[in-house]
Amino acid sequence: MTNHYCDLKNADVILIMGSNAAEHHPIAFKWILRAKEKGATIIHVDPRYTRTSARCDFHVPLRSGTDIAFLGGMINYIIENKKYFKDYVLNYTNASFIVGEDYYFKDGLFSGYDAKKRKYDKATWVLEKDGSGIPKRDMSLTHPRSVFQMMKKHYSRYTLDKVSSITGVSKENLLKVYEIYASTGVPDKAGTECYALGWTHHTTGSQNIRTMSIIQLLLGNMGIAGGGINALRGEPNVQGSTDHCILYGNLPGYLKMLPASLDTMEKYLHKYTPESKDPQSANYYSNYPKFFVSFLKSLWEEKATKENEFGYSWLPKMEDGKHYSTMHMFDAMYAGKVKGFFCIGADPAVSTPNSNKVRKALQNLDWLVGENIFNNETYEFWRGPGIDPTKNKTECFLLPAAATMEKEGSQSNSGRWVQWKYKAAEAPGDAIPVGEIEIKIMAAVKKLYEKEGGPNAEAIVNLKWDYLDSKGHFDVIKVAKRINGVFLEDTVIEDKAKKTKTEFKKGQLVPGFGNLQADGKTACGNWIISGSYTADGINKMQARGKEDPTGLGLFPNWSFAWPVNRRILYNRASCDVNGKPYNPKRKLLEWTGDKWVGDVPDGPWPPQADKQKGKYPFIMQKDGLGALFGPGMAEGPFPEHYEPLEGPLEKNPLSSQRMNPAAEIFKSDMDKVANASEKFPYVCTTYSCTEHWCTGALTRWQAWLLEMQPELYVEIGDELAKEKGIKNGERIKVSSIRGEAPCIAMVTKRFKPFHVEGKTVHQVGMPFNYGWLFPKDSTSDSTNMLTPTVGDANTFCPEYKAFMVNVEKL
Amino acid sequence: MQITRRGFLTMTGAVGGGVALSSLGLNLNPTRAYADELGKMDRIKIAKQVTTICCYCSVGCGLVCSVDKATGKIFNIEGDADHPINEGSLCAKGAGFFDLTEANKHRLTKVLYRKPYGTEWEEKDWDFALSRIARLVKDTRDKNFIKRNDKGELVNRCEAIGHYGSSNIDNEECWLVSVKSRALGLVYIDHQARV
Repeated sequence: MTNHYCDLKNADVILIMGSNAAEHHPIAFKWILRAKEKGATIIHVDPRYTRTSARCDFHVPLRSGTDIAFLGGMINYIIENKKYFKDYVLNYTNASFIVGEDYYFKDGLFSGYDAKKRKYDKATWVLEKDGSGIPKRDMSLTHPRSVFQMMKKHYSRYTLDKVSSITGVSKENLLKVYEIYASTGVPDKAGTECYALGWTHHTTGSQNIRTMSIIQLLLGNMGIAGGGINALRGEPNVQGSTDHCILYGNLPGYLKMLPASLDTMEKYLHKYTPESKDPQSANYYSNYPKFFVSFLKSLWEEKATKENEFGYSWLPKMEDGKHYSTMHMFDAMYAGKVKGFFCIGADPAVSTPNSNKVRKALQNLDWLVGENIFNNETYEFWRGPGIDPTKNKTECFLLPAAATMEKEGSQSNSGRWVQWKYKAAEAPGDAIPVGEIEIKIMAAVKKLYEKEGGPNAEAIVNLKWDYLDSKGHFDVIKVAKRINGVFLEDTVIEDKAKKTKTEFKKGQLVPGFGNLQADGKTACGNWIISGSYTADGINKMQARGKEDPTGLGLFPNWSFAWPVNRRILYNRASCDVNGKPYNPKRKLLEWTGDKWVGDVPDGPWPPQADKQKGKYPFIMQKDGLGALFGPGMAEGPFPEHYEPLEGPLEKNPLSSQRMNPAAEIFKSDMDKVANASEKFPYVCTTYSCTEHWCTGALTRWQAWLLEMQPELYVEIGDELAKEKGIKNGERIKVSSIRGEAPCIAMVTKRFKPFHVEGKTVHQVGMPFNYGWLFPKDSTSDSTNMLTPTVGDANTFCPEYKAFMVNVEKL
Repeated sequence: MQITRRGFLTMTGAVGGGVALSSLGLNLNPTRAYADELGKMDRIKIAKQVTTICCYCSVGCGLVCSVDKATGKIFNIEGDADHPINEGSLCAKGAGFFDLTEANKHRLTKVLYRKPYGTEWEEKDWDFALSRIARLVKDTRDKNFIKRNDKGELVNRCEAIGHYGSSNIDNEECWLVSVKSRALGLVYIDHQARV
């Protein structure tokens, strides 16, 4: 979230799209209802009428997988009707920048496409610069190649008629949403968007979110109280696990993983440290070397030296252009290339798409190590449906873990609040915290390498790994301090602007990432969390003050919010170029002539009207401004509508490119696809329920919750049910080209057929909370038996939200 | 005879508990039920209160665990009224938080091992598991380690071990997972954030 949960109350309009907040984030929904009580309009756009729809001002159904068409139409409406916040667009976005001459967009494809590789060469997706390397701008926004004009042209194709025909949303409903949401494009109104898996689970997931980001920039809704883009994330510490990058492509703090071609740290730092010639761009990532070297020092401390490039060569290097995401991992496991598997607090045999393929893949393993508080379908795959244990070679371990209230540590919510939790009781039996299991496994491996040696043994034997206390248990405080960062030598830091010199002693914690050094004097496990432990040893994650000085619900003294306790990101954009709040009634920040007052500002510099010292507000962007033109994306700088991998249409009504041209296609014999097929004529989507969590791997073991939602069902609209002769409560079969899922039919009025490109399209939906292992008497299994192995072109987040099925009576 | 709460407390204090009360010759069944309830309330009042954060969605609601000082066991978990986000309220899953404690008979409490081609789990100790896992990791890593790729570039990676999870562990644990897997040279590293 750019903002945070309590801030939802500050909005004037809330668009909930890609989320069923009332059922899946009930307490977040409380804050949405607070806004409503104060007069805000709440809109729900979703294929299904849910309990969220019931409490909103109105609900608009749209066909799964057509969000970009819907939002592209809104961009067109905003531009055509001049509803954008001009001052903001001019000063805080790259609307006035000039796009390079060789860039083009034609019939669904951007310049530089390589059909064989399904990949773009982005060389032409550039913005022009003047002689001194500063981006050229046309403040009149009339230059035909200005970002604004290019964007206007791109979305002029998203007419009401076209969008209505693609999405199945009536023109009246489209206009109603567009008008209400666009009303926030004025200084004193705030609009926000709440999304969840409903946006990420698509082959166009990242661009769904980017399209909304463009809208928020056009309307001046970024960086303000009651605004922003707010991901209601689905797991308790998914923000923290992402920040610490248990992800193939990043190291803690979103530092880039190393590609094989960058064989020296010098080359690596050169590539990933952005340069800006514009004196008004803070270009905060110019500090990248400090963050990266401090991370390497946190791993290998005194063994990481200038001479050995701080251990750069010890880190694994990825093959250039190759990806190692969940779907790739199981694809390689299916091909027999992955032999050993650690599976911590997860149930991928239920949660990964195309579960039949995943379960075949697991059978190829030599060994599997599970760590969890309950058993699940992954750990016990060897006696799953249709599998004979006496024929499976896999050596399996299931290690008992402490539950959350049986251990101490921090957890980060979606609003980036890093909250400390305390240990209430001992874990039962032999269970210990996952942290302790991990430390002990690695310590045992380390011992073997110390004794026997092995390839690249330095990476392991030199690793600083002293995180057990004197009694041999997990020392969580020691890890928290390592993440925060520490001075490894006595260090004097000079601030030339303030003309100060500060001395820090060896062993002292760093006050924040501003103090990190690129010369090896500091070690920091994750630069973005730096500042969570003060130099005086105070754990800010434990802070529990409830003061609310701004009245906006920022609660600056409750826990620690990264970065540097900033509660709303890009907050300098809530003020005009002179630092005066656009909306004095919701004053988030104000420049008082010598400093910013309010939330922790995005940097101390004066507002940008000060041409000497002032900086632009989007400090993490190289150019300092919000990117309407975004060349970093895999499938193009402007989001474009593509149909899902599997959909009801043979053609994309907008172009000749049916599906995302940059999405990777998996090609194993089990990766079958059935687009526009008579055998699988219904659109299917998946979701959760209030009583279960994710795969149900924690909640199915709880009698109270299981009693409320005992088994798998498919929700079918009454019109389709009538057509198929299916009755409510009847056991039926749902199938896709990849598999089957027997379940109970739930016939409701909540799904209505869509009218798409002149034909009637039915949609159904299923929860993803079930597996075969428990409850014992259940015939349910995973909904992911049906889903395809395909994902977003940038993130490889699978397309669980739009695929094709059939429903039949048994 | 009417027994007020205050009077009841005074009386039980004076005569040393409910058993002695029967000597007064009263029907004590309703009083006993009241006393049991009171026992629970008092138990919460004198319990050690420990705060935690919910382990389901990412809203970050606060909870209070009541721990019996004598046994060290959690006997009640409820929403934290002082928490600025949930203000004491919880959803169905959060309200059932107690069922994640050891009170749930399905909790794993032993190291379990399934040998190749085995049909059941066997109970083992930590020493067995740690030394066996370390051996398997080293053998798999060493046998399949890629020092240089086809282009001759130094890559120091192992593609034969996958690492998955978790967004349901604490930050400090996540950091250890992230660091451990990199030090081992793994590249198939992922978790629920992707799905």
